[in-house]
Amino acid sequence: MTVTLFIPCFIDLFYPQVGVAMVRILERLGHRVVCPEAPACCGQPAFNTGYWDESRAVAEKVLEQLKDAEVVVIASGSCGAMMKVFYPDLFVGTPHAPLAKAVAAKCYEFSQFLVDKLGVTDLGARFPHKVTYHDGCHSLREMQIHTAPRKLMAKVGGLELVEMKQTVCCGFGGTFSAKFPAISTAMGEVKCDLALETDAEYLVSIDSSCLMHLQGLIDRQGKKLKTINLAEILVQS
Amino acid sequence: MSERENIFTRIREALSVAAPGPGRHPGETRKPASLPTPADHRRVLPAVGTSFEDRVALFAKNSVELRSDFKLCQDQLELVTELKKRRDAEGWTRVASHKGPLTDAGCQALSLPVLRTDAAFDKVELEKCPVGISECDALIAQTGSVLVTSRSAGGRALSVLPPHHVVLARREQLLADLPAAFEMLKKKYGGDYPSMISFITGPSRTGDIERILVLGAHGPKKLTILCV
Amino acid sequence: MSTAAAQFRQDARRLTADLRHRQLIQTALGKYEVKRDENKALFQDYEGARQFAAETKWEAINHLDQYLDQFVRGLEARGTKVHWATTAQQARDLIVGIVRGKNARRIVKSKAMTAEEIHLNEALEKAGFEVVESDLGEFIVQLRNEPPYHIVFPAMHLSRGEIKDVFQKKLHDAPSDEPEELTMVARRVLRQKYLQAEVGITGANFAVADTGMISVTENEGNARLTAALPKTMITLLGIEKIVPRLEDLGLFLPMLATVGAGQLISGYNTMYGGPRQPGEADGPDEFHVVLLDHNRTAILADAEQRDALHCIRCGACLNVCPIYRNVGGHTYGTTYPGPIGGVITPHLRGLQEWKHLSYSSSLCGACTEACPVKIDLAHHLLQNRRNATRQKPSGWQKFAFKLFAPVANGRVMWMLVTKCGRIGQKLHPLLRGKPLDPAYCWTKTRDLPPIAPQSFKEWWRTRA
Repeated sequence: MTVTLFIPCFIDLFYPQVGVAMVRILERLGHRVVCPEAPACCGQPAFNTGYWDESRAVAEKVLEQLKDAEVVVIASGSCGAMMKVFYPDLFVGTPHAPLAKAVAAKCYEFSQFLVDKLGVTDLGARFPHKVTYHDGCHSLREMQIHTAPRKLMAKVGGLELVEMKQTVCCGFGGTFSAKFPAISTAMGEVKCDLALETDAEYLVSIDSSCLMHLQGLIDRQGKKLKTINLAEILVQS
Repeated sequence: MSERENIFTRIREALSVAAPGPGRHPGETRKPASLPTPADHRRVLPAVGTSFEDRVALFAKNSVELRSDFKLCQDQLELVTELKKRRDAEGWTRVASHKGPLTDAGCQALSLPVLRTDAAFDKVELEKCPVGISECDALIAQTGSVLVTSRSAGGRALSVLPPHHVVLARREQLLADLPAAFEMLKKKYGGDYPSMISFITGPSRTGDIERILVLGAHGPKKLTILCV
Repeated sequence: MSTAAAQFRQDARRLTADLRHRQLIQTALGKYEVKRDENKALFQDYEGARQFAAETKWEAINHLDQYLDQFVRGLEARGTKVHWATTAQQARDLIVGIVRGKNARRIVKSKAMTAEEIHLNEALEKAGFEVVESDLGEFIVQLRNEPPYHIVFPAMHLSRGEIKDVFQKKLHDAPSDEPEELTMVARRVLRQKYLQAEVGITGANFAVADTGMISVTENEGNARLTAALPKTMITLLGIEKIVPRLEDLGLFLPMLATVGAGQLISGYNTMYGGPRQPGEADGPDEFHVVLLDHNRTAILADAEQRDALHCIRCGACLNVCPIYRNVGGHTYGTTYPGPIGGVITPHLRGLQEWKHLSYSSSLCGACTEACPVKIDLAHHLLQNRRNATRQKPSGWQKFAFKLFAPVANGRVMWMLVTKCGRIGQKLHPLLRGKPLDPAYCWTKTRDLPPIAPQSFKEWWRTRA
């Protein structure tokens, strides 16, 4: 297959290793990977803030770049939700509506793509550490991703997964983290406490945007926890 | 235009635009199928066994959790014995009650002055009664509830003002579940309902202070159900 | 920023830093969660029940004129006096008028969020009447001159010590701080109020159209007493409380109790169809029902958000909302907190003034998942944001987002951003964490990740 990989802005700038890992994994599985140079953004910040016209301007470019793709894999559940779930809503009643629907239909988040589309769970990876897993809200509730990452982790050599006792939002929420920093921080603290209770060494997620917020808190407060994207684990042998 | 007409006009105008069906996405105005029936409700609500024994067992189990004092009596004699036991344990000097086959027999056996709530009565006197004895319309196994109405249970206040409410019920009154109770109400009273219908589930309770359970917040602190 | 928004931020900042408060709420809600899940598990098909509940309310709300008419005719046929109020002021005036008309002085009240919404108590007290809240939690916050903290648990935020203190101060009767003893004090005081009050005011959880009855859910028995003893009974409710048939309560009563309070069914669920009827020995001589619009028809007209009127006021969305759990009920500064409050308050009280309640959400979607009638809560918050910016866009934000398109979409622009970002990061330590820091909203409490020495796109370009 030719896989068109969509790399959102924060992966590009802050966590390129996540994108690199995804390219390596997909190529190892025998697929050709293409990565559009631009755009870098799915348009979610403007959409979430209520500026749907401005969001559409960004999203239209994305749709144009992806319209001929065989399949689109997105390196984030949050951006994935924007493209798969919200693009059809965003373009309702506009000339781009059919294209938005068509592109949405071929979008997958990375772990979802491996497990649900390719039927692959064992990548021969090895990561002998105790980890706990954070379900990003858009991944969990908009894209319905829950079992795919867990199936992949189950096949990682030496990995011990301990679940947190509660599933709750980490407090990032995109622009929310900047608009309501006090609440966002409190929510992040609650999340970190839940993770620390599991005694895990690593906090894993498919959403580096959530991890960016949590790692920021961990570093500032000197907590004994490390964050890592699932792709970074899966590429390790 | 009256306020009523104003409101109805706004409602009709609003409803001239269709809303999406119960689901999520705009652009989908799927109308739902016809309304769920009591049989549909029964299928999704907690399960209740079909036999009387199953239902009694479930009612008894719920009563324990609710802290209701429930006793299945073999016969009228046992019912009267149980009534007298409670009279003696609590030292009742008078009771409040209403006319009915079970309550008449019960009050007679107790040999105490009775304040009757069938005709006009003094609510201050009712407040002083230690116990209100009533009949009911049904017992509901699924929830451990007692179904009373202002017609079957001596009015509105009798079953809630005295600190102890005693319910005298017949075993045929034990229904399986809430859907059955509503079906029964419609059949029994349809067209001429009592002004009050109440599902009583356990004694009065509150968790308003630190989520700690306290019984007898305003209504009865004790609920006794004697079923014969 | 509106005054309400500024107050919200101030209170949120204070309460999110209050770890004692955080612990109190987490503990209270933790207990509720255990019981909720136990009772949910008893359902044979809880998700099926949600779908039935959603379809039933959809039918009721989308044929509201028909069912409301049926409801009122049923009530009036048995002697109930029905009144209509478009505005909060009209509702207040109607109720004050009814009370005056009875030459009454003392009123006992059971819990009604709608009464909070129209600030009824204030109006009654100003008119010279004594109003006593009978629900224990409401009674306590009334003594403290506070609004309720949670729509189901008004005094969730208070410790037994604080309750003892206010009982001592206002009632001069507080033997200890044991919940049982404090409750008995309230019971003693309120019993006299029920007996003496000439008027009882209640809310309603549901309005049953086919039999013309209101339905009231409670655990304490205080609403039962409010509806039994005073000579005049007044019920205030929103027009959206309609359910089509009596048997619909067989589904709604257990669902309300399960997610609202973690019980299979509440202690007292009572249907009232009129004043005292011929043959009945007690009950009110007069029964008045006041139907309130107060912008519910505006929500009805917004077809996209019409399902917000399906709300049965259970509180399930509050209980799961991570924002609510950290800022608490009072921070919202309005009658309906949490996600449902974020959705409807802009409609009820003004979009520009209250849009911040729609913005102060991470859109996690836990509310949508928890709602027993499947209201699309999280998406409605997004829609409110869109409506707010359409109505009154913020100049600089609109400009910034307009700028973002060519920057994020342009190959060259993005390269420029990457390179400038790296330079900016080198200079950032000088300003980091200080109020002049452009990233202050982040760096006040969190570190920023460094921009990678080689971005993904730069690496990708080297492969070509």
